[in-house]
Amino acid sequence: MSLWRRPPDSGPSFKRQLDRVYQVYTAGFILLVVMLAVLEQLGLSREWISSIFLMVTIGVYAGIGIMSRTTDATEYYVAGRSVPAIYNGMAVGSDWMSAASFMGMAGTLYLTGYNGLAFVMGWSGGYCLVALLLAPYLRKFGQFTIPDFLGERYGGHLPRLLGIAAAILCSFTYVVAQISGVGLITASLTGVAFELGIFLGLGGILVCSFLGGMRAVTWTQVAQYIVIIIAYLVPVLWLSVKQTGVPVPQAIYGFQLEKVTAKERLLTHDPTEVEVRDIYRLRAQELADKLSDPAAAMLADRQQAEERLSRLRQEGASLSQTAAAERQLAMLPRDVDAAVALWTRQKQEADTKSKPLNGMPPHAIPFTGDPQGSLAERREYEESRRNFLALVFCLMVGTAALPHILMRYYTVPDVQEARKSVAWSLLFICLLYFTAPALAVMIKFEVFHGLVGTPMDQLPQWISTWNRVDPALLSVNDVNQDGKLQLNELTIGGDILVLAMPEIAGLPFVISGLVAAGGLAAALSTADGLLLTIASALSHDLYYKMIDPNASTARRVTISKVLLLVVALMAAYVAAQKPADILFLVSAAFSFAAAAFFPALVLGIFWKRANGLAASLGMIAGLAMTFYYMATTQPWLRAVFGITSPVELWWGIQPISAGVFGVPVGFAVIILVSLVSPRPDGATRALVEGIRLPGKAGGAKDDRPL
Amino acid sequence: MSVQQRIRYWRTTLRLTLGLLVLWFLVTFGVSFFARELDFTFFGWPFSFWMAAQGSLLIYGIIITVYAVAMGRLDKALEEQERRDRA
Repeated sequence: MSLWRRPPDSGPSFKRQLDRVYQVYTAGFILLVVMLAVLEQLGLSREWISSIFLMVTIGVYAGIGIMSRTTDATEYYVAGRSVPAIYNGMAVGSDWMSAASFMGMAGTLYLTGYNGLAFVMGWSGGYCLVALLLAPYLRKFGQFTIPDFLGERYGGHLPRLLGIAAAILCSFTYVVAQISGVGLITASLTGVAFELGIFLGLGGILVCSFLGGMRAVTWTQVAQYIVIIIAYLVPVLWLSVKQTGVPVPQAIYGFQLEKVTAKERLLTHDPTEVEVRDIYRLRAQELADKLSDPAAAMLADRQQAEERLSRLRQEGASLSQTAAAERQLAMLPRDVDAAVALWTRQKQEADTKSKPLNGMPPHAIPFTGDPQGSLAERREYEESRRNFLALVFCLMVGTAALPHILMRYYTVPDVQEARKSVAWSLLFICLLYFTAPALAVMIKFEVFHGLVGTPMDQLPQWISTWNRVDPALLSVNDVNQDGKLQLNELTIGGDILVLAMPEIAGLPFVISGLVAAGGLAAALSTADGLLLTIASALSHDLYYKMIDPNASTARRVTISKVLLLVVALMAAYVAAQKPADILFLVSAAFSFAAAAFFPALVLGIFWKRANGLAASLGMIAGLAMTFYYMATTQPWLRAVFGITSPVELWWGIQPISAGVFGVPVGFAVIILVSLVSPRPDGATRALVEGIRLPGKAGGAKDDRPL
Repeated sequence: MSVQQRIRYWRTTLRLTLGLLVLWFLVTFGVSFFARELDFTFFGWPFSFWMAAQGSLLIYGIIITVYAVAMGRLDKALEEQERRDRA
């Protein structure tokens, strides 16, 4: 199909053709939503609405994939280098916005207020580094992958091999998270089992990237971006009109923030809230006592439960009462380790709930603690500020080092388009990032004003709906038994806020279906890009460049397709195991990418003196540093590696920001080792000089024949 | 293209890049560092919150756009110079 392939020398008309195609597509999608809304009013069931959304969108993505199938290497790896800047910007947008951005960000902002804005700043400001330091130069270099650049610039197999390893490490952890996101959404949309949902979504990913590589992925990602942004904006606009009467939530939510802040002050001193907090404080104290001697506490618990059971039996209590007591006895933790784990978790929860505002910091106040307060408060303030800055740093540098994002800038026609394309990328990403904080504030307003203080028997329907899906995500517990809901009696998991928002705002079900379709598009588009990155690193860099340089183009593309399938199945298998700390792994991928790639890439472009030995050692040192800090400080990794020594945080930096140590180490090692070892040869210096010049000057490799 | 022209082109590129990176750094880390102190109302918004949620994003957009436009001009100037030299 010639629709997605640029005929030679037809830049502007190709773009006009694309404009037309996507205008028709957008209109068609809006028509679908309107039609389903009408059908819902006519009595179409929820199951049907969600199934239609799921099938139509995945069908369209697959259709684009089939229409742009290809066996040509330039088409397969870099979409023929013919993607106009604006469309590459959209593709980067949906490549970038994962299940975490779409579903998690507003939730994080709801729970942490200002402190969550580290994600908004980090994930957008990183594009300054992409634009200024990397994208134009990589495009001028004009190969296929990021390990390609390391291999050519630094020479020898080692830098390329390290690049392959790091690219796979970062991308694989990330893709597992996307696939579990796909599973979650398909499962909650259609009611199929989580594992089946994973494989359904996987089919959608594979049809697309398997047949058409980067060309198919690009045009599907543009289509997915349109779904993502409509699905995110429509319900927030609606909510904004409902709360303020103004359909521009991004501009108006300052007023809602003011009201939320005022209500926060009231809730902090509200007597019933204080009562609830005291109950939890008592509970936390009891759990602390139990934890100080777990064996004895277990024995006491068991005796108490047994006594209760025998007393019930003697009194001839009803069958259901004794059954409940038996269940309670059976539910007691089996050994000391299990008891300690359970009580530690319960104590953490009780500790959080004994704080004002359900442990959420005041929404508009930067950082926690108090710079004028006691010693402990001053310390908390300093550490929370330091961690905010460190997290922003890691997310920014990580953004500028994730291979699946950088690779997209190989697909534009020339250097100038690459620069413009970064600007478009940021614009499309910011459309969502401007809206997420608005959404968080408006949901908080809804909870504070619409929910808190409601009698328990008049709570809205969505609370019980989501409680049934998973009590860990949403639960309500009237601990002070006053028959009304206090803020601290409500537990909301950040991940469900966006999915539940249409119901929270009282919107028709068709909007819930739309939001789920958007979340699915976000997860699928990112998974597409990541899988392609892994498959190209293996087929192009490992197989073609290192194992069999004489392999024919068709053979390389075939190998890439097979690898894609294998990697996708592996990722689905890992996702189906529901690994414990998947969200942590995703954030960790940023620190790893930052430490592994950023110093080697930037110095490779801006410092001719950097040589291959130094780059290899720098990448290893940066990764090792990051990994060491994480492994010794992060609870889950400590358990995996059996580390029992006490946790020693350096300057109080949290493990998620380990890259803040890895990146400087990487830079330092590359600079120092380069200075004491021979300078790179003339060909390498000429390569660097070439990529610094614009256009075709300086031995450009644009569209070099394969 | 003469060596001098190349060197001049690269120096200008570096100056522009460095200047914009300093701006990026100040907006990101400078403003955030003093976030608690910058406690005043800005068109109805708490200033620090607005900066982190919207202001810094706008400035990032400006940085990238300025860079793309300025570099585009620089490229064009270099190309024209080259054409004139050849003629």
